Amino acid sequence: MLMICYSLYLIHNLVLLRYHLLDCYYIEKSNRMDYVNTRRQAASMRKCLFDQGYLDEQFYQLEDLQDDASPNFVEEVVTLFFRDSLRLMANIDQSLDKCAKDFNKLDVYMQQLKGSCTSIGASKMKTECTVFRDYCRDENIEGCMRSFQKLKREHSVLRQKLESYFQLLRQAGPIECATRPSK
Amino acid sequence: MESHLVPSQTEAFPMGLRVLAVDDDPTWLKILEKMLRKCSYEVTTCGLARVALEILRERKNKFDIVLSDVNMPDMDGFKLLEHIGLEMDLPVIMMSVDGETSRVMKGVQHGACDYFLKPVRMKELRNIWQHVYRKKMHDVKEIEGHEFTCDDLHLIWEAGFEGFEKRGLLTCEDKKRKEEYSDQDGSDQSVAKKARVVWSVNLHQKFVSAVNQIGFDKVGPKKILDLMNVPGLTRENVASHLQKYRLYLSRLQMQNEDSTLGNNRRADLNPKEPPAKPDLKTSPQVEQSTTSKPSLGFGFIAPESETQPIKPTSHFEEDNKVKRKTSSMPPLGMLLSFMGTIPSAEIKPSEPLTPSKHPNWTGGLPLVQFMQYPKHDHKWCDLLGDYSCLPKPDLYTSEPPVISINMQNETGDLLDVKPALMDCIKAISPLTCTVDGSTLGFDRLPSIKGSFFEQSYRHAEPGLITGSDLVPLPEDLNLCSSLQEIGCFENMGLMNSIDLFQTEVESSSNWCDEFELFDYPLIDECLFA
Repeated sequence: MLMICYSLYLIHNLVLLRYHLLDCYYIEKSNRMDYVNTRRQAASMRKCLFDQGYLDEQFYQLEDLQDDASPNFVEEVVTLFFRDSLRLMANIDQSLDKCAKDFNKLDVYMQQLKGSCTSIGASKMKTECTVFRDYCRDENIEGCMRSFQKLKREHSVLRQKLESYFQLLRQAGPIECATRPSK
Repeated sequence: MESHLVPSQTEAFPMGLRVLAVDDDPTWLKILEKMLRKCSYEVTTCGLARVALEILRERKNKFDIVLSDVNMPDMDGFKLLEHIGLEMDLPVIMMSVDGETSRVMKGVQHGACDYFLKPVRMKELRNIWQHVYRKKMHDVKEIEGHEFTCDDLHLIWEAGFEGFEKRGLLTCEDKKRKEEYSDQDGSDQSVAKKARVVWSVNLHQKFVSAVNQIGFDKVGPKKILDLMNVPGLTRENVASHLQKYRLYLSRLQMQNEDSTLGNNRRADLNPKEPPAKPDLKTSPQVEQSTTSKPSLGFGFIAPESETQPIKPTSHFEEDNKVKRKTSSMPPLGMLLSFMGTIPSAEIKPSEPLTPSKHPNWTGGLPLVQFMQYPKHDHKWCDLLGDYSCLPKPDLYTSEPPVISINMQNETGDLLDVKPALMDCIKAISPLTCTVDGSTLGFDRLPSIKGSFFEQSYRHAEPGLITGSDLVPLPEDLNLCSSLQEIGCFENMGLMNSIDLFQTEVESSSNWCDEFELFDYPLIDECLFA
């Protein structure tokens, strides 16, 4: 009688143990899956940005520059860009409001903004900058205004996309995390 | 590549190259900094052109090359480029989003070594050391072309390579060369034998007359070369000389446009003139001091110089003295960072002092320029104030007020010999300017000018030619001013009406103006730094 109880007990523990182990395994697997998923998502987002022409070659260069010494280099540069470009666009806004006919000034500002866009490879924005400068050259204030609105939209779209992208990257985290089971 | 290998002697060179990056765009600045660091260069970044200039002036010999954006809000990139070229003679690379040919050409015209299109690539940055190296080689060759004594040359070499050697940047070849020179003993000729173009007065005269013949606007190196018909002269020599000449003329024109400036300013500036007199060892420095001598100085230098044999060491003291006395105008030229542009006429009988542009890796030159010699102020003012007696009688040997330009003599013979100064002096002494601006010899003016040019070009390696070049002429500010006024040869007619004193005044004011052109505050700062 006692033997039967004891063996039942043992079997019970074994089963529990097996499920426990299975749980661990699955949890770990799902962590890894999460990690993989996130990274996969990030990669596909990145590919999208390139395919849809939001980013160009220069972005690759930035990624190449990232290394152990500056592990968040790309994100830092992009942040810097968006901050500075806001300032430049504010200048242009002001200039359009106050002295709408000062095409030279507008051109100078736009030149600066264009230069900035090339720094991170913001391709669509760069194109729009060129369009704006053409309007400036033709002294077409309407065209300038339209173009500038478009530019602002492009700017905000790109900003959103890149912010999500970097967030995904941060979530995915460094590769080591994926192998550690977390509860 | 280099970054990962244990640097051998030849591979060590580009590493540790000291770069100054100037760009108003913070994003680009960050990217450039990262890229340059990846090339194993030492980077300093700066967002404002003015700050960049200050940094460069402060740490003169702490940089090897400058990377600058073209469109900057506080100062035009080209202007910065000019300043750097003039004051520090560092190679400058321009960068811009705009790659239009006209812009690129403008950059090159202003003296840029290269022009990068943004976005800048790593491979382009990896190659920038070539410009540094090339310039060094070029400067060294120039020095070789001068007749230096072995010791002087050795000093120059030392000074030039000092910076490099310290950082382990000398290549095998350089070291060998260095040893070569140190082994030589006393023979000037051996150095002079190295193939190199020395723009003697004669040569420059030919150059100038060729330019005139062709017409200043249509001029081109090939045409000039053909017209000059000098064996052994290459198109490159002519091209670089032409560039310097153009810069010089444009400076002159700028000076001519500005008109008045108080004497006070000039007084302030004077101090600058004599570069590191004490530091005779560094030839470029010395040279600068000498070269910057104003025409005034020249006057009295002449007699003295004649007595001065070409003795390197003893000269220095004398030269210094002389220079101090005159100090007025020329310093201005110097100040404006005309690197040793003032023709050697001023001074240097001793060749060693006249290396044109010394490859000043250590940036000794710039230092020199901004040294302060307060005591000159008075002298200078005196000179300016009292035209009738021309500078102190003891200073000037030349007869006061009316000096007739005696062009006939020796314009041709000017300066062939070592001491360009000697020649100048000789040429100068008989030189007089008529108050009434007699036309005689005006056509000779160019040659005189030429002599100065020669000196200045020689010294102003990086094409720093500036109006100060003219200055050297001792006798007269008058002459100088006339020359200045002339600006281009075409304006010879002006001479006629130039009144001796007036021109002196004008030239003085021109000098002052010149200073104004270049950031007085900065200069003052330098002076009093």
